[in-house]
Amino acid sequence: MAQGIWIVAEQREGELRKISFELTSEARRLADQMGQSVTAILLGSNIKGKAPELGKYGADKVIVADDNRLATYTTDAYVSVIAQLAQSGEPAIILLGASVQGKDLSGRLAARLGVGMVQDCVAFSLENGNLVAKRPIYAGKAYATVTFKDSVPQIATARPNVLELNEPDGSKSAEVVDAEFSLDDSQLKTKVAEIIQEKGAKVDLTEAERIVSGGRGMKGPENYTILEELADIIDATVGASRSAVDSGWRPHSDQVGQTGKVVSPNLYIACGISGAIQHLAGMSTSKYIVAINKDPEAPIFQKADYGIVGDLFEVVPALTEEIKKIL
Amino acid sequence: MNILVCLKQVPDTETQIKIAPDGMSIATDNIKWIINPYDEYAVEEALRLKEKFGGEVTIIGAGPKRVTESIRTALAMGADKGILVDDPAIIGSDSLGIARILSAVIKDLDYDIILCGKQGMDDDYGIVGSILAELLSIPHISVVLKLEVSEDASTIKAHREVEGGTLVIESPLPALITAQKGLNEPRYASLPGIMKAKKKPLDVKTIADLGLDASQVGESGAKIQIMQITHPEEREAGKIVEGETPQEMAANLTRLLHEEAKII
Repeated sequence: MAQGIWIVAEQREGELRKISFELTSEARRLADQMGQSVTAILLGSNIKGKAPELGKYGADKVIVADDNRLATYTTDAYVSVIAQLAQSGEPAIILLGASVQGKDLSGRLAARLGVGMVQDCVAFSLENGNLVAKRPIYAGKAYATVTFKDSVPQIATARPNVLELNEPDGSKSAEVVDAEFSLDDSQLKTKVAEIIQEKGAKVDLTEAERIVSGGRGMKGPENYTILEELADIIDATVGASRSAVDSGWRPHSDQVGQTGKVVSPNLYIACGISGAIQHLAGMSTSKYIVAINKDPEAPIFQKADYGIVGDLFEVVPALTEEIKKIL
Repeated sequence: MNILVCLKQVPDTETQIKIAPDGMSIATDNIKWIINPYDEYAVEEALRLKEKFGGEVTIIGAGPKRVTESIRTALAMGADKGILVDDPAIIGSDSLGIARILSAVIKDLDYDIILCGKQGMDDDYGIVGSILAELLSIPHISVVLKLEVSEDASTIKAHREVEGGTLVIESPLPALITAQKGLNEPRYASLPGIMKAKKKPLDVKTIADLGLDASQVGESGAKIQIMQITHPEEREAGKIVEGETPQEMAANLTRLLHEEAKII
């Protein structure tokens, strides 16, 4: 009988990513309701030392798949190992992050196991032992609450930066075991040939806790320096609206919105952004939204927690100065 | 090269999304249907591959009759033939059901590469491509920003967008890729193209034609069940920060962020 909630931890370059702890925390909450256990699956190379961190957030057990072919994520290797572990371990539920990696492997994993998969969820609950998930559709213009049929395990990916983290408890420890799996090189069709880092190595927008974003009101690429100065002192990543990206002022990887990135920071400061539905689709799950715009009718003010009607070229530098005073 | 593209229709992004009275679906009256924008990048990339390597581009869609229009648009852009799976049994299919349908069409075709959009701008799941690749037992590379095919058309190098950068991934063909915005700029269908498209073959298939059972698709074959569709929770109205000068407004905002919101 399928038992237990599993989470797939994510690591990059040997460090566990925050989503791993968010998933563990949520799994702990769900497992406590079901009276079941939480197991974290950790794939990587020389990664075993990181397993205890997952225990602090509530994992009862960590299954470590350690192999140099798992050092960096590849679809083929990760899907194969996780599927094998799921087939032998028989969990009731598997949670992954709706990160680039998670979204790439979740569909394939579910198909391999012949089960259902719900992508990019913002809330979970249980009903009669089944996972119930809430997720945005139509770029967040609506939400769908869904559940599973004829699916064991039930698989879902969770949007980063949404699930609440437990307080890490240093006294909690997890049982750490070595995974049993086999990986045939002939199964591994795709290879990472090159890794191209983005210049400026700031936290990616999709994982940023703070974002300062500029739109058409910025009037040109050279003006983004004032946003970068603000971002620097509050440790934020700089984003952009589609308008700014289409004008060639910022790269597409900076775009927040329906055809850009979906972000979920604690603080989103929107400068010179009118607030079109497609932009809101990308940042509506932000905890706090600040809008700075000289047009008092700009739709963004309907969604902002704090709004300043003013000239961003004066307000933003002033804000940078004021924040410096209290830091 | 034999190039396949899978496409779907979605509501135009300006559409106001209304929930149907039963609270279980979206109201579809008054919707303007368009080719899913991500699928357009897939169509365009397919046409560029044909221009470079020669061969044929086949467009595959599943859904009601209106999807024919989008297949014709792709044919007008330059694709060679279309296949539509139109059957009442497919209504209510989840991603797995759609992938099963596409797989049933594709297993009888010769192909070197399959292109899909990275996600549908309706349900935003983004997994039909990867499930389809799994069902066909071929590799997939998702969220592709740039695609290079070797001169002998036996391998590809795809630039895949990841957090903080780009990965360049190599794969043998046949393979499936899902297109991300920025892969290319889709062309407009020309008037001569639109005229030619009317004569290009567009086959319509039923579930039975594909050897599929109704229990494998539609609501009966679905593993995911919708319980309800709701509107997003309205954010509570915020406040406009007072101040006579930019400095005053900035100072007040800083105080609010620090003392009230406690996030700085």
